[in-house]
Amino acid sequence: MHELPVTQSILEVVLRHARMNGVSRVHAINLAVGKLSDLEDEWIQQYFDYLSKGTLAEGAKLNIERIPVVFRCTSCRTDFEVDVRKMKDILCPECGKKDFTLVSGREYYIKDMEAQ
Amino acid sequence: MDEIRLIEIKEDILSDNAALASSLRERLKEKKTYLLNLMSSPGAGKTSLIIRTIQGLKDRFRIGVLEADIDSIVDSEKVAAQGARAVQLKTGGFCHLDAAMVNAGLAAFDLSDFDLIIIENVGNLVCPAEFDTGSIRNAMILSVPEGDDKPLKYPLMFSVCSVLLVNKTDYLGLSDFDMQALKERVKKLNPEIRIIEVSCKTGEGIDAWTKWLSDEISEFIKQV
Repeated sequence: MHELPVTQSILEVVLRHARMNGVSRVHAINLAVGKLSDLEDEWIQQYFDYLSKGTLAEGAKLNIERIPVVFRCTSCRTDFEVDVRKMKDILCPECGKKDFTLVSGREYYIKDMEAQ
Repeated sequence: MDEIRLIEIKEDILSDNAALASSLRERLKEKKTYLLNLMSSPGAGKTSLIIRTIQGLKDRFRIGVLEADIDSIVDSEKVAAQGARAVQLKTGGFCHLDAAMVNAGLAAFDLSDFDLIIIENVGNLVCPAEFDTGSIRNAMILSVPEGDDKPLKYPLMFSVCSVLLVNKTDYLGLSDFDMQALKERVKKLNPEIRIIEVSCKTGEGIDAWTKWLSDEISEFIKQV
């Protein structure tokens, strides 16, 4: 639902970096988005195509790397990936305890862009 | 023609919003105004909780409310009837508030005259979780009729809040809501979160909530 303002923000950041680097054309933009976020790849691309018309980034392809949700066991420090949408009775695969901290899954950033 | 090169960006997608949110937080610290961002799905009890909060804390703190509503002033009228200052932000079809909208809404308040301003965010468990509003803390309400499985569907929301209010506990006997399962699911996503069971209808648990909030505000004012 919030893909439009998010896409607008991606475009603004990309255009700012394009100006800073004297870029004439942006071909691809690589994003890292944690699996805790609900962003739909298809919508992001559609909105981007619409918003970027007439800019240096027109036609650029958005590649989204989905960063898995990883928990770290508080007791034995083991890191392991979980599917939060099926989160029921998660136990540490090493020691069987169930106190964790979140290591990754909330990422929301632009890694880099391919440009000329 | 220039060769294609890889240019490192490494910047938050919502960096403009994050920057605006941080500068708003700095201003709030200067003015000693505690801004609380209250989120939930529609009908979970945001307005009822705000009214209970005003009733419980109005003798100790000067309270304002920033109401986000699709297109009505029903909520702000209810809040104003409690004697608190309410400002209505008509959000139209917007699904969330961002720092720019909150900043615009706060222009209607003289921050020096308020100890606590509560943002009643748009009723939605998805979008508001992504946008830093500039508030000091995020709070959310989950009501018993919504079910104990919500952390599985909206994990981000549960992970960005400092406090979770489980409202409508007066419905507990009437449903298969499993409080223990809910707490375990939430604590996995967010071990630091404080969970308080309340009923805005009967008033149960409201004291624990207003105590949490008033301790927070006192601590905030002391620190800045």
